[in-house]
Amino acid sequence: METEMETEQIYQVDVGNLLAFNPNHRFPSAPSSREELVNECIREGTKLVQAIANTLFNFPSTETNDGPIVQLPPPTTKLPREKHIPRPKPPTKWEEFALKKGIQKRKKDKLAWDEQTDQFKRRHGYDRVNDDNDVPIIEAKATDEPGVDPFAKRLDDKKKRVGKQEKNRLQNLKAAEKAGALPSHVQLAATSLPISGTKAQPKKIGKDELGDVAGLAATSTASGGKFDKKLPGEKPPKKQGKHHKYLPVVAGRGDVNAEKEQTNNVLSKIFSKHSHEILNVGKAINMYNVKKEKKKSGRSDKSGRSDKLKPKKDITKKSANKAK
Amino acid sequence: MMEIRTPKTGKAKRVLEKRAPKLVETGKKTLILHGTKTSATLSSVLMELYRLKKGGAIRYSRRNENIRPFESGGETSLEFFSQKTDCSIFVYGSHTKKRPDNLVLGRMYDHQVYDLIEVGIENFKSLLAFSYDKKFAPHEGSKPFICFTGEGFENVPELKHLKEVLTDLFRGEVVDNLNLTGLDRAYVCSAISPTKVFLTHCALKLKKSGSIVPRMELVEVGPSMDLVIRRNRLPNESLMKEAMRTSKDKPKKKVKNVDQDAVLGKTGKIYMPDQKLGDMKLLDKSKGLKRERKEAKLKHKEETVSKKMKESSE
Repeated sequence: METEMETEQIYQVDVGNLLAFNPNHRFPSAPSSREELVNECIREGTKLVQAIANTLFNFPSTETNDGPIVQLPPPTTKLPREKHIPRPKPPTKWEEFALKKGIQKRKKDKLAWDEQTDQFKRRHGYDRVNDDNDVPIIEAKATDEPGVDPFAKRLDDKKKRVGKQEKNRLQNLKAAEKAGALPSHVQLAATSLPISGTKAQPKKIGKDELGDVAGLAATSTASGGKFDKKLPGEKPPKKQGKHHKYLPVVAGRGDVNAEKEQTNNVLSKIFSKHSHEILNVGKAINMYNVKKEKKKSGRSDKSGRSDKLKPKKDITKKSANKAK
Repeated sequence: MMEIRTPKTGKAKRVLEKRAPKLVETGKKTLILHGTKTSATLSSVLMELYRLKKGGAIRYSRRNENIRPFESGGETSLEFFSQKTDCSIFVYGSHTKKRPDNLVLGRMYDHQVYDLIEVGIENFKSLLAFSYDKKFAPHEGSKPFICFTGEGFENVPELKHLKEVLTDLFRGEVVDNLNLTGLDRAYVCSAISPTKVFLTHCALKLKKSGSIVPRMELVEVGPSMDLVIRRNRLPNESLMKEAMRTSKDKPKKKVKNVDQDAVLGKTGKIYMPDQKLGDMKLLDKSKGLKRERKEAKLKHKEETVSKKMKESSE
């Protein structure tokens, strides 16, 4: 891209970038004044722009509503790319197999013939051909075990197939990631770190649970978390302690009778005529039985002991109880 | 345990596809930010640079303390920002006693620092200091002319590097078709000494001349400044080779609506828009055209009568 001018100056013009370079101009080492220098630069710039325009306006142009449009040639100055060239994707397990066996991809139609209803039905979606859920009768085979539900078995099989397919898909994506060719919309993320020794996966903690635990940790300081520095964006702790709900007593605030009923219930329990209503029969029986057993065991213990081992009561010492 | 994560909305998918590496690349975005301290000139330089590159630039207004482009550990923040905003050129301004009005122009390859060049700004003249006829003000986002003058750009390696970086910074998108009426700006860079470059932004006036090619006139409109070369870091050889590599195959454009049939040969479908025959207007029975209709009817009658006479005479 070089153009010769009358004054024997060769400019390097890159029309694709609208770029021009004049390598031959020499600026005076001691410039006369700032303005002079600026004017000289602009003059040289004008010459260069004119050179580009000369080639540009001579291109074949097509007229449109906005103005004449020319086709720019590709730029000649080499500039570095911003990202790497997309790497080729390694073939998936199925693609390798198909290549080996010579299986060609065949395009399927949206409609397929349904034998049972003698009409064309769609292949996927609502009211599809060969829907797995629609079979009314499954004939028993000689190999079937009695007691096995064939419908449940079908669902199970499907789940297994889907799970296997997902696993294969993950393996293919992992291979693609290794080659650096993961598709742009897919991200592989490790959900949890493997814990050595255990096969069980740690449970995912939800937002609320985390909040509770954080609250517990915050208040477990000596001053109950009151004087701790708060992190930016940390929310004030939720109300701690017992949560009381007091029913309204004032006529305007709600049902007054509910509060009345509540207090009445408590009173009736205390002064109840029918004490058997508030007696926990089971507990009473247990207490009675335990007492009985204690008594029994106590007597048997006492009979075994000889009087000689028992500490003798000192008649001379005054007991503390007499002060009452 | 690995989990496959795919975007759940169309918008998210489109954003990810936009950021993916492509065979033919679209324009590079610029990230403009500054360090702990900026001077008045530096902040106006950054602001005006952002205005010049409005469509493809992102400006961070907060100060960044831990960015030191020329130190080995100080680039991590820059790389993170580049990944977050998908910018591959950055302009980092800082003002220290040792390096006043400092500007670091850098490029990224795969969100890793590719090369850097540090310049000092002197004799800065702002956009607002220039007075000109507002008719010729350049429009936002128009493709600029870029001109380099001076033997320094060829002989001095630092200036050569600066030339490459400035081209990358100013050129915008690479386009196939250009509208000639939309050419209204030019950047003029002159190597006034082996260490100094004078950069200015001008508007273009296209004047009538005898031929198709108009006569160009440059009017200084935009910021003008002197760039003094301070430090630079060239990319290492292997990285440069990889970044400069271009693939020769063009992306295959899918040709739609063309089928090859064994019997008919090359076929395609013509899709007609709905003709809406029900809504079609047959007769214009408006009162204003009543006279015309009457006259037309009379004429038609005369013609039929004359025809019949002809036939009967034959």
